[in-house]
Amino acid sequence: MSTLAPGQIVRVRDDWPEARGPVHIRTPHYLRGRIGTIRKILGRFANPEDLAFARPAPSLTLYHVAFDPASLWGDAKAGDEILVELYESWLEEA
Amino acid sequence: MSLSETELLHAPAEALLVAIRDLLEAKGIVSTAEIAERIAITDAASPRIGAAIVARAWTDPDYRARLLANGSAAAEEMGASMRGAPPLGVLENTKSVHHLVVCTLCSCYPRAVLGYPPFWFKSAAYRARAVRDPRGVLAEWNTTLPDGVSIRIVDSTADYRWMVLPRRPLGTEDWSADRLAAIVREGDMIGVTVPSI
Repeated sequence: MSTLAPGQIVRVRDDWPEARGPVHIRTPHYLRGRIGTIRKILGRFANPEDLAFARPAPSLTLYHVAFDPASLWGDAKAGDEILVELYESWLEEA
Repeated sequence: MSLSETELLHAPAEALLVAIRDLLEAKGIVSTAEIAERIAITDAASPRIGAAIVARAWTDPDYRARLLANGSAAAEEMGASMRGAPPLGVLENTKSVHHLVVCTLCSCYPRAVLGYPPFWFKSAAYRARAVRDPRGVLAEWNTTLPDGVSIRIVDSTADYRWMVLPRRPLGTEDWSADRLAAIVREGDMIGVTVPSI
C-alpha cells in the first residue's frame, strides 16, 4: 500500500485472523471494519504479528488513526475521539 | 525429565519462568547479566521520573517543545533509561482537550518514565471502560473536566508508549520545578486525574 497521508479517510480491514489460527494482533476488535482518519505517521516498525512467532518480520508503517466514538457505539459525547496506533497492513483507503 | 503438555499447563509460574530463562541462556539469546540489568532498570523507573519531566516542561518552554517533539530524547535528558524501550510520545492536555491513556489489548505502559503500571491499568474493567465510557471512568476518580473539554482516548496498541503532560494548576506560578514535581501523580500522567493544589 502506498503511504497514507494525514487527513486521509481509511477503513480498518474487517478481517478476523484469530479465527484461522494462533495470532498476535495489535488491532483491537472494536475497530475492525470501522472508518477513521489518519492523523500522523509514527514511523516504521518490524511487524509484531511476525515477531511474536519468530518469523522474518518486514517493517511496516505505523499510523496514528483517529475514530469518532459515536461511530463505534452511538452514544458517545460529540467532540471526543479515540486515537489508535494501527499498521498499514490493516488499513485500506475508504 | 520432560513434562507432558498437561503438566506444563499446570506447572507453577516460577517453574515455567526458570525453564524459559534457562533455555534462553542455553541458546545464547540472553545472558543472566542482561536479565539482571533489565530488571534493575525496570525497578529503578517510577512516576517520580515522569513528575520531574512534567515539572520541567511547565517551567522551561524550550524543554516542553523538545518533549512534545521527541519524548524519548527529552526523557533521557532527565535521566530516564530509554535503551531498549519503545519510543515515548507525550500528549499535552490543553484548555480544550484532555488525554486518557489505555491499552485495551494488554497493558502497554510508559514504564521507562512511570515504572510498573498500577494494577487497575491492567484490569479488564479499566481497559474496556476507558474507551467505552471515559467520562464515567473519570467521574469515579472524582475528575471533572470543565464544560467544552473534549476527551481524546489514546489506545496504546502497538510500538509507541504514551504519557500525558497535564495542565499546570493555577496558583503555582511562582513554584519551583521541585515543588511542582511533588504534586504530579501517576494518574495525572495517565489522564485519570488532574494535578491540583
